[in-house]
Amino acid sequence: MTQAVRARLIGGLIPSLAIVTALLIGGVIIWASGPRIDGPWFGIWFVVEAYQALIEGAFGSRAATIDTVLRMVPYVFTGLAVMVGFRGGMFNIGAEGQLAVGALASAWVGFTVTSLPLVIHLPLVLLTGCLAGAIWGGIAGLLKARTGAHEVITTIMLNYVGGQLAAYLLNGVLRDRSPLNVIAQTPKVAETARLPDLVPGLHSGVILVIGVAVLVWFVLWKTTTGFELRMVGINPDAASYAGVNVVRRMTWAMGVSGMLAGLAGAVQVAGVNYRSTLGFNVGYGFDSIAIALLGRNTVSGVVLSSILFAALRTGATKLQFRTQISTDIISVIQALVLLMIAADQIIRWIYRIGPAQTEADPVAASTAPVADSESGR
Amino acid sequence: MTRGRFAFIIGCIGLLIGGAEVLRSPDVSASIVAASMLATMLRFATPLTLGALAGLLCERSGVANIAIEGMMLSAAFGAFLGAAVTKSLLIGVLAGMAVGVAMATLHAWLSVSLRVDQIVSGTVINIMAAGITGFLSTEVVRRQALVGAGLLPALRIPVLADLPVVGPVFQQQPIAWMALLLVPLTHLVIFHTPWGLRLRSVGELPRAAHAAGISVIRTRYTAVMIGGAIAGIGGAYFTLESVPAFEPLMTNGRGFIALAALIFGGWTPAGAWAASLLFGAANALHINAQQFGIPVPAQIVGMFPYLLTIVILAGVIGRVSPPAAVGTPYEAD
Repeated sequence: MTQAVRARLIGGLIPSLAIVTALLIGGVIIWASGPRIDGPWFGIWFVVEAYQALIEGAFGSRAATIDTVLRMVPYVFTGLAVMVGFRGGMFNIGAEGQLAVGALASAWVGFTVTSLPLVIHLPLVLLTGCLAGAIWGGIAGLLKARTGAHEVITTIMLNYVGGQLAAYLLNGVLRDRSPLNVIAQTPKVAETARLPDLVPGLHSGVILVIGVAVLVWFVLWKTTTGFELRMVGINPDAASYAGVNVVRRMTWAMGVSGMLAGLAGAVQVAGVNYRSTLGFNVGYGFDSIAIALLGRNTVSGVVLSSILFAALRTGATKLQFRTQISTDIISVIQALVLLMIAADQIIRWIYRIGPAQTEADPVAASTAPVADSESGR
Repeated sequence: MTRGRFAFIIGCIGLLIGGAEVLRSPDVSASIVAASMLATMLRFATPLTLGALAGLLCERSGVANIAIEGMMLSAAFGAFLGAAVTKSLLIGVLAGMAVGVAMATLHAWLSVSLRVDQIVSGTVINIMAAGITGFLSTEVVRRQALVGAGLLPALRIPVLADLPVVGPVFQQQPIAWMALLLVPLTHLVIFHTPWGLRLRSVGELPRAAHAAGISVIRTRYTAVMIGGAIAGIGGAYFTLESVPAFEPLMTNGRGFIALAALIFGGWTPAGAWAASLLFGAANALHINAQQFGIPVPAQIVGMFPYLLTIVILAGVIGRVSPPAAVGTPYEAD
């Protein structure tokens, strides 16, 4: 085996082992939270039953599978968003806020504009979501590039600003004024602003997500812009020395990252909810980071991780229904996966895999740009 | 921490309280507005101050800490559980501190020993805290129908607590007092003890500290763990001083604001405390806007502290630099 092939095999092996290990530990937790009935066999049966319910809940029927796919769509978008950030040396913790403003903006265009045909209105709605997200993310990118304000803090702060803005608008000018409405949400968007169904219950955003994933892959790995972006991510000083406009690339990375998150919000509006509701998009911020890290910041990895997390979250309902174990078990399993991905020494130690090949790690470079100059005696 | 910045922060606080006075509706008396602004400001500032001090110890030793949120959240749960099971509030606080230390130890193990990227490690801890406390609170608390052991009683300074307007300042719960006490204490420890000097040297130039015979690894572990204990007290605030119950995600981003306060305050205890008070004042205005009859929408007022943080970070009001080695794992030869 050549070294490259071996490295690639281990690259896929470690996330898989992390998932398996997390599910095993999750099984122990399920066993410990389950009923106390005599004998060890019951415990094992209970855990198997729980995971079986999880799988059935995710893929057991046509409706369940559609639910999983629907949940996967925003995961892929936000996962790609965080990934693009990482690749450009930026840690985007603010996908949630960018998604929220994207949803808000697209819903606004969706219900105020009413006299356009679908072929114009729908793209306009989606692009508005992209633009709002891009602005929200781009601010953090620009601030980082120009003033050094750390994007981890600014994106979190922008999450709260976005949240307050959404609360203000959804209780004010954008609120659905129909007498039946009692919560902070927009009216439903026009028919022409909705993604047509691919099959009943499944909107065509699935096609869009595949297209965008391919596009992101192409831009990052097959264009000069993408090359420069990854260069800035690995070593901004070297990139600058090589003539790359670092300020522009950092802003670009966060702008595109925010754009993808904003698109996630727009697709949720145009394909699933048909409106923007206050607080309906909680949790994407953390999940998207987990997805990008588990997917090792590759497009295929992000897609696979999204399918996994979507299946876990969708199946959890059935798991809870059948075993009375809280759906929050999924968050625990997810945290364990993430822990073992971040500290892959744990997995290497458990399964006796050799130490990591020294490869350029965009995540490390993103948050510790001075690491190399510091330790390189 | 320059004097100018300190004055700026105090000025901002004055501006917020003054703003509340100017904008209040005529039906609400000026002294009520001032008194409730002061009281709410101090109440909100308590977990922020403790969180910022926790982060300060950690970052001064060269370990970035975005895990304050997760540490406080899990400590809030630990404190609630400890108090609910033993029916002792004191044990509750200690349990919160223990959980804080445990999470901090995990952060230290990941970022100091395993040299995982410190921001990633912090994120892992935040996600973990949210997941585990969410799961345990439904599994343990709801199933066993655990009821909280009540709230810590306010301790009042006689005479002073009876003063009009400023009375609430002298009548606070124990964790709030502890936060006030820890500010000068942390300052003394960091800037006026040999250990504090070692801590700062490890955070600024670890290789030199190592050459001078200081154990970088041990110093960082100690600092992060003491920080965890302080974050634990901050977490206990939520379930033992604010409301006698645990709600999933109840820290609601306060750990991140604490981090912003730390940066805002230029990595000094006094600065971080002043910045915490500022965030507290902004929050007080946000919470009370309706009650005071202020004609600005509460949500717009609510954006203020976050926008201010962004402005501060962008260096509009003078730059401060973090400890030089923050974010860099130390590799001994």
